[in-house]
Amino acid sequence: MSDSPAVTAHNPELRHHFADMAQQKDAASLGMWLFLVTEIMFFGGMFCAYLIYRLQHFNDFAAASQSLDITLGAINTAVLIGSSLTVVLAVNAAQRGKRKLLVFYLVATIVLGCTFLGIKAKEYTQKFEEHHVPGPTFHFIPTRMAGHPEQPPIDERHAEMFFSLYFVMTGMHAVHMIIGVGLFSVLTFQSWKGRYSAGYYTPIENAGLYWHFVDVVWIYLFPLLYLISLHG
Amino acid sequence: MATATLPVTERENYLNKEYGIRSWLFTIDHKRIALLYLLSVTFFFFIGGLFALLIRLELLTPAGDLVQADTYNKLFTMHGMVMVFFFLIPVVPATLGNFLVPIMIGAKDLAFPRINLMSWYLYVIGGILIMHCMLTGGVDTGWTFYTPYSTAFTNTKIIEAGLAVFVAGFSSIFTGLNFIVTVHRMRAPGMTWGRLPLFIWANYATSIIMILGTPVVAITIILVAAERLFHLGIFDPKLGGDPLLFQHLFWFYSHPAVYIMILPSMGIISEIITCFSRKRIFGYKFVALSSVAIAVLGFLVWAHHMFVAGMSVYAALIFSFLSYMVAVPSAIKVFNWTATMYKGSISYTTPMLYAFGFLGLFTIGGLTGLFLASLGIDVHVTDTYFVVAHFHYIMVGGVLMGYLGGMHFWWPKISGRMYPEGWGRLAALIVFIGFNLTFFPQFILGYVGMPRRYWQYSPEFQVLNVLSTAGSTILGVGYLLPMIYFLWSMRYGKQAPDNPWNAAGLEWKTSSPPTTFNFDETPVVDFEAYDYENIKDTDDDGGAH
Amino acid sequence: MSEHSTSVGFYVMIFIILLLLTATTVGAAFINLGPLNPVIALGIATTKALLVVLFFMHVKGASEKMIQVVIMMGIFFLLLLLGLALADYGTRLWS
Repeated sequence: MSDSPAVTAHNPELRHHFADMAQQKDAASLGMWLFLVTEIMFFGGMFCAYLIYRLQHFNDFAAASQSLDITLGAINTAVLIGSSLTVVLAVNAAQRGKRKLLVFYLVATIVLGCTFLGIKAKEYTQKFEEHHVPGPTFHFIPTRMAGHPEQPPIDERHAEMFFSLYFVMTGMHAVHMIIGVGLFSVLTFQSWKGRYSAGYYTPIENAGLYWHFVDVVWIYLFPLLYLISLHG
Repeated sequence: MATATLPVTERENYLNKEYGIRSWLFTIDHKRIALLYLLSVTFFFFIGGLFALLIRLELLTPAGDLVQADTYNKLFTMHGMVMVFFFLIPVVPATLGNFLVPIMIGAKDLAFPRINLMSWYLYVIGGILIMHCMLTGGVDTGWTFYTPYSTAFTNTKIIEAGLAVFVAGFSSIFTGLNFIVTVHRMRAPGMTWGRLPLFIWANYATSIIMILGTPVVAITIILVAAERLFHLGIFDPKLGGDPLLFQHLFWFYSHPAVYIMILPSMGIISEIITCFSRKRIFGYKFVALSSVAIAVLGFLVWAHHMFVAGMSVYAALIFSFLSYMVAVPSAIKVFNWTATMYKGSISYTTPMLYAFGFLGLFTIGGLTGLFLASLGIDVHVTDTYFVVAHFHYIMVGGVLMGYLGGMHFWWPKISGRMYPEGWGRLAALIVFIGFNLTFFPQFILGYVGMPRRYWQYSPEFQVLNVLSTAGSTILGVGYLLPMIYFLWSMRYGKQAPDNPWNAAGLEWKTSSPPTTFNFDETPVVDFEAYDYENIKDTDDDGGAH
Repeated sequence: MSEHSTSVGFYVMIFIILLLLTATTVGAAFINLGPLNPVIALGIATTKALLVVLFFMHVKGASEKMIQVVIMMGIFFLLLLLGLALADYGTRLWS
């Protein structure tokens, strides 16, 4: 079929089973969004566990939450939002067919993504040194007393559950970040080689959707994990 | 309609276009991938079946004489895991669905052929992991991985089995995603939503469950693995965690997973019953939308697995009520199929026999499901053989009957050969008899109080257990027969015409077997589905011989 | 295919709003508002998420209505999971 003379004007990226580029692009976009829905449900399982335990052990969770470094968390939020901006600008550059600008924004995204992961690693190290990593060596003394003086003392076991959720939620988020950085590395290389143009940039767009989604997850994780009842 | 003039072997089709192992392992043709799935799914069916036979052999006598208690625990766990995750969930969507979805809507392929191939490889990786897990010790938690036993106590290979299920789960997510995009974006001109075959509607609804439910069980498995590996406390009661939360998350997927299994088979039944009654489906819209309704309602009922586990009584009331609701769309389907057959000119071909079997067995399985949804009776029969019999009536009596019916119905299209009709009818009969003999006694056993998952039992239960074991060997023969004559027919079977059943539907308008791109030119659809009033019967018995 | 001529300036503006909202949510956490604290935190998070989804992910102005249906479906089933699980935990101690 692809050798018939009428189709010579077709984009070489058009795959054989699609009628035209529009159909192919719509299919890819819908597929990506459906994948993001599966990601919502994937993180949803953890949010469900978090929600239930937080409601059950609110004071212990608040006390444990206060041992997290809000400054680093806030900086990381800003870094991640910044990377979302560079991604959207990369897509914009691809739309306009500006290859060098596209590569620049992709590299910027990778740098910001790695910055986020670096800060996250720093936070994990702190937690490790403070013995806040769940397991046999876990130990937790509340840094500030939460809430009112008549509240019962903090239950160390429930704090351990908070940190379990903290590590598994931020850990799965970080895994998604690492995958994203890997994706963008490949895309940067391909963009440098000139694979993407104003006529075909679907992979850039879909990787962007993925990155924004990871950003949205963090937008919820930040207040839920770092900002429980900080007023004392 | 039938226009076959050239013998099959002289026409180019997807089977003879290329030869060699590479042309199969690197294919992106949905039909070849369907056959790859067919092979691997059949392999796991017989592995799971072997475990089932060993379980039945052990239960032949009241004493624990064939295997030890620990071994028995592993046997039923591996039977469940293999059958659920590696057979029942992929069986119809990944084989017949993969083959037929693009053809039935007039597309050249699924929307993402390479992701489709990747799905199969993920399935194979999961399969290798589960095989390795089984060969090096297995798992003894039951297929449900309940905590805290799975996280804190058992020494068996939970993480490896969990990883296998996780990987296979992603295979199913990608299949579902592929189907949804294909149905939305790849339909031929004129193939409106109101003209879609009901098999497509069923697979579409199934895909919705696959993409919404499977990720939840994936993260649940990760949490269990993290708890075992890194001592994280998510479900750990020692830290104040709640093991029931695991059950909530697990059944949020695993109850809808039952509908992943049964919905595609229901789609097959719609195709078979219309064709062999020579009638339009009764209430097309209701049958189509009831698939979607089952998919959505299926997510509202999961906690009926936990009525006796210590959940809130008030929530149990809600879940009990919601569980009854699922019966409504299921009943709509059964009534509409029955109404479709009314005054139809029915021919008793092999696929139709399986469809009859499905109707009866699914009805029994579904109605006993209502017993289990009602709180009082559930307390009495939880964890007895009543439950075992109930879900086998759905999963084996329902899913497998539909699947085998579909395999016979579309075998001429898939292979280009006819299967031997006499043997087909005989096998259908054997399967039906063997199935009922195996599982009907288990209803009684459960009702009189025999608990499930024990390798020994009181002597008073023996008669019914012997009947069940006898039935299982008959059932085994019933399943071996089709495999033998399908293989036989690939070489010696009669060449199949393009439309041996004189059936409606786009898949019968292309050649048998189809060419690589399914149609020589994209078809334009200007007819409703199941337009049997307007199909002239060229031979009166509908092509059955 | 129907991207608006969204300029770089527009994206930067959204970015700045997102940063401001982040600062607001941190600030709000230090003020004791009782049960309103989590409501405000989640409200701001949802606003930020909406901004990202609508403008960075180009859902606003997209010709595809299907995308919006897909997102709503995801959110609906997530709320279903949370809601029905809470129906159990919320009523467990009643009796």
